[in-house]
Amino acid sequence: MIEVKDLHKGFGDVQVLKGISTTFHPGKTSLIIGQSGSGKTVFLKTLIGLHTPEKGTISFDGRISTKFTIEEKRQWRQEIGMVFQGSALFDSQTVEENVMFPLKMFTDNANSEMLDRVNFALNRVNLENSNSKLPAELSGGMQKRVAIARAIVMNPKYLFCDEPNSGLDPQTAIVIDKLIKEITDEYNITTVINTHDMNSVMEIGEKIIFLKNGLKAWEGSSNEIFKTDNEAVVDFVYSSNLFKKVREAYLKEIK
Amino acid sequence: MNYIEHTGKYFMMLVQVFKKPQRARVFYDALFKEIEELGLKSLGIIMFISFFIGGVIALQTALNLDSPFIPDSLIGFAAKRSIILEFAPTFCSIILAGKVGSYITSSIGAMRVTEQIDALEVMGINSLNYLVLPKVLATVLFYPFLIVLAMILGIFGGWLTGVLSGLFSGVDYVTGLQTDFKPFLLVYSMVKTLIFAFFIATVPSYHGYYVKGGSIAVGKASTKAVVWTTILIVIANYFLTQMLLT
Repeated sequence: MIEVKDLHKGFGDVQVLKGISTTFHPGKTSLIIGQSGSGKTVFLKTLIGLHTPEKGTISFDGRISTKFTIEEKRQWRQEIGMVFQGSALFDSQTVEENVMFPLKMFTDNANSEMLDRVNFALNRVNLENSNSKLPAELSGGMQKRVAIARAIVMNPKYLFCDEPNSGLDPQTAIVIDKLIKEITDEYNITTVINTHDMNSVMEIGEKIIFLKNGLKAWEGSSNEIFKTDNEAVVDFVYSSNLFKKVREAYLKEIK
Repeated sequence: MNYIEHTGKYFMMLVQVFKKPQRARVFYDALFKEIEELGLKSLGIIMFISFFIGGVIALQTALNLDSPFIPDSLIGFAAKRSIILEFAPTFCSIILAGKVGSYITSSIGAMRVTEQIDALEVMGINSLNYLVLPKVLATVLFYPFLIVLAMILGIFGGWLTGVLSGLFSGVDYVTGLQTDFKPFLLVYSMVKTLIFAFFIATVPSYHGYYVKGGSIAVGKASTKAVVWTTILIVIANYFLTQMLLT
């Protein structure tokens, strides 16, 4: 479980996060939504330690990340899997080398064992026969799968995804969303996803946090988001006619 | 950001670079890859330029020393001194700063803007140590060989020019090469090479690692890296010459 308390982060005079508190539970996919510039990416990067918070705490199963010793931090890093928006695959390495990289860096396993683990991870994301390809030879969806395979190859306790389906067609986006959800359920991972995609919100959002101007403006489940009368959430989530109609139909149905 | 801040940041970067690699086998793989990328792939251009510049140095010296009181062996002597003292270590390093420096900045800069460096950091890897240390060692270990090769080919180019043009005889040229040979000059040349190799690896790495923005920023950083590496080589060349030869 990840507990965030009163998180503040700014850059120079600009305060991006203004005191966010929330909790992310294991085995659940938690989604962070909000407009561009609302602080989603900074929030995610602060959670994974790429930014240091100015104030507040982030606790990973009771361990406060800002108080980690170097060794504890190294250990904690190995418990984290991260899928970046642009996949962030190492473009000079093949698919197999990309997925094997964390194993090479952090385990003493023999090559054959590592290869078995890599193939397992690649099979899990339904990507076979691509081991020797370079990232540039893969489609966007395939690159995302490789990124997910690399993120799960070390059996992480926490999985973070920054807009995992941006730039993908709707069908592939749903496949990637479902894959993340399945992996979260299967391995009881605490998953936090940054997204703009309202399909993801409806499909896999077990917990949704809406950020506005660096503050948590709303928090709830995908069912609750239909019923909410929070103006900011309604304006953001139901800005498209399609979602407006879906919401109206849903509200009619439950009446 | 002013120059003092950049200098401080550069030295802080070096502190992270010179830490013990996290995995020896990964480090050696990266080192051999960099020796190939930064060293072996520069062989062709260095060999080509050294040979012709050596020829031009000999030719220019021969054309300018037309007094009957000056022996032809002075052409070999002057070519040897010019090539060993300046052309091979300094001129070749400036060429390598352009070729290798822009490659280092653009490759590390591209990794920065595509979040590959963030990916390394999230995994708990010291990205500076992982990316820059193999480059520094590859250049420092390999460039002395490259510069010695440049010296040999430059001197050979000078000899061949004399033989082919008939401006001076090969025997006189070789006599000049053997005249007043001081092994310390080779030491001086190697000291310069090692220091320049260090700049060629670290200055472009600094510019690539801390790049902000997109592909245009990476391009600008590459240009800046080449300019600054060249400036540092020229300044260091002056001070090293002052310190070691006077």
